[in-house]
Amino acid sequence: MDWLLHADTTGEKLVLMVVAVLMFVAVMGLILFATDRIRSLPPWVVGVIFVTPVVLALGFGLVYPAIETIKESFYDRSGAFVGLDNYVAAFTRDEFQVVLRNTAVWVVVVPLASTAIGLLYAVLVDRARFEKFAKTLIFLPMAISLVGASIIWKFVYAYRPVLEGVPAENQPNQIGLLNQMLVWFGLEPQQWLINSPANTYFLIVVMVWIQAGFAMTILAAAIRAIPTDIVEAARLDGLGGTRMFRYITVPSIRPALVVVITTIAMATLKVFDIVRTMTGGNFNTSVVSYEFYRQSFVQRNTGLGAALAVILFVLVIPIVVYNVRQMRRAEEIR
Amino acid sequence: MSAVSSELTIDDGTPKGSAIDRLDARAAKARRGLGSVGASSIAIVLAILWTIPTFGLLITSIRPQADIQTSGWWTWFSSPSFTSENYHEVLTGSTTNFSTFFVNSFVITIPSVLIPITLALLAAYAFAWIPFKGREILFVAVFALQVVPLQIALIPLLTQYVRWGLNGTFWTVWLSHTIFALPLAIFLLHNFMKDVPRSLVEAARVDGAGHVRIFFTVMLPLLVPAIASFAIFQFLWVWNDLLVALTFAGGSKNVAPLTVRLAELAGTRDDQWHLLSAGAFVAMVVPVIVFLALQRYFVRGLLAGSVKG
Repeated sequence: MDWLLHADTTGEKLVLMVVAVLMFVAVMGLILFATDRIRSLPPWVVGVIFVTPVVLALGFGLVYPAIETIKESFYDRSGAFVGLDNYVAAFTRDEFQVVLRNTAVWVVVVPLASTAIGLLYAVLVDRARFEKFAKTLIFLPMAISLVGASIIWKFVYAYRPVLEGVPAENQPNQIGLLNQMLVWFGLEPQQWLINSPANTYFLIVVMVWIQAGFAMTILAAAIRAIPTDIVEAARLDGLGGTRMFRYITVPSIRPALVVVITTIAMATLKVFDIVRTMTGGNFNTSVVSYEFYRQSFVQRNTGLGAALAVILFVLVIPIVVYNVRQMRRAEEIR
Repeated sequence: MSAVSSELTIDDGTPKGSAIDRLDARAAKARRGLGSVGASSIAIVLAILWTIPTFGLLITSIRPQADIQTSGWWTWFSSPSFTSENYHEVLTGSTTNFSTFFVNSFVITIPSVLIPITLALLAAYAFAWIPFKGREILFVAVFALQVVPLQIALIPLLTQYVRWGLNGTFWTVWLSHTIFALPLAIFLLHNFMKDVPRSLVEAARVDGAGHVRIFFTVMLPLLVPAIASFAIFQFLWVWNDLLVALTFAGGSKNVAPLTVRLAELAGTRDDQWHLLSAGAFVAMVVPVIVFLALQRYFVRGLLAGSVKG
């Protein structure tokens, strides 16, 4: 039965997958069958049976680990209690100053840029010919993994070293599109991912590239939902074009805008794949979520890693509270 | 997490009768006002900007290695050259071996989609339709758990798995993905489920059906679109995930998914563009197909408030 734990061949893996699914189906089937058979069960017992697996899973997999991590953040790597030292380190050590600054830049720039582009695009292609196709193009990056997206953009930024004292026509060809464009304009190729602090913005481009599609989808739906009579009335008052956008469209979809911005902000806080794939956190590009990964799994500095995870958690909370409030308000309006 | 609304009537723009026609006329007028040419050209520029990076890598993946190293992909149009060697090497080459990882991704993803959906459906049904003590508090607690970043749970969970001797197996990856998916799945499916008309459930009750039977005969058929929405969501999330896979399967070649292998390749051979480009597309092809085929459901899920964070 070794394949149950160590499936090595494709066949074994597929069998293991089928066995696992069948086991799950069998267990659930048995529970449900029994629940249905025993007629005398009061409804609340059925309810408890239905939610028990979920409560156990969440307790084991989220609540308990979260508490452990919070506890862990007060200890150093040798297991000695250090109070708030890990948090102090995370906020004061020089190397982390850059990390915090970068995280702030990410959380501000990504949501605003994605939403602005998404909104612009949604307005432009709304009811245009090929609308569906046009939307799919912007939307497609959402289907790709962040690792894949990072590789796509790393290739755009690819850099071939410029040889000193060699005339321009004998320089090695640039293979990255961005540098080639500089060459076409007669400029010097750049190491986009190495020159700090601009490199952080070139990483941010990847996240904006992915999130703009999300913003566009939600905002396009919100624009559709603006009541016709409002638009009609505004038009009779002589509003059109940009003024219509400014005075009717944007105020009408304000709740959706807020939700989009806060949702992207939360996603951005937690993202570490882009930094890891593109620069490995080097050249002053690290962010809190990547630093968590590095401290926990590379440096084996679990206490500090735990503190960073807790900081991440705390940073998310105000955004969530604001988001939920806005959602409530939006629903009241409806 | 978060929701815009559970407004499911918003669809993806299929015209319906004269109201839409009128809207179209109105929109046409609006566009004329805005300057149709200017608007379209901005839209086209954006669309091209968004597409070119992927397109460039796609071209690169079918060019011979020597060409990739010495000239840009845009020169391919003036001197085209094809090869399938990159894909061949990335899939079967002994150092890359993406075919193994492709199987791993597949084996990881299927149960990680099926299991949380099943559990979440049951729980969502109970939260929506079976009154029991503490139900409200429990539901709010589950809702709130959407906020917890995965990062905070990883290390203690890993410690448990190691203690059980299960670390680096498919089991821990399935279990972890299941757990992390539950809060969002329950929230989303609950949103759909509470909109089912009470009369349908009552009618079934009068006929003497218990909750299990109502769940299967009344709820499930109505919830197929909602299930599809979440399934495609979870599918994309698991297939594209890096963090969970790195933590629980990263060290094991027999479990690690494509994303882990691809990230590794990007880290160790960052100038081997013939492998990176082909590898990226091998990892991308399945989610992109699923996404294009089921886009409607994906959009519907987004609008119903399912954005995993």
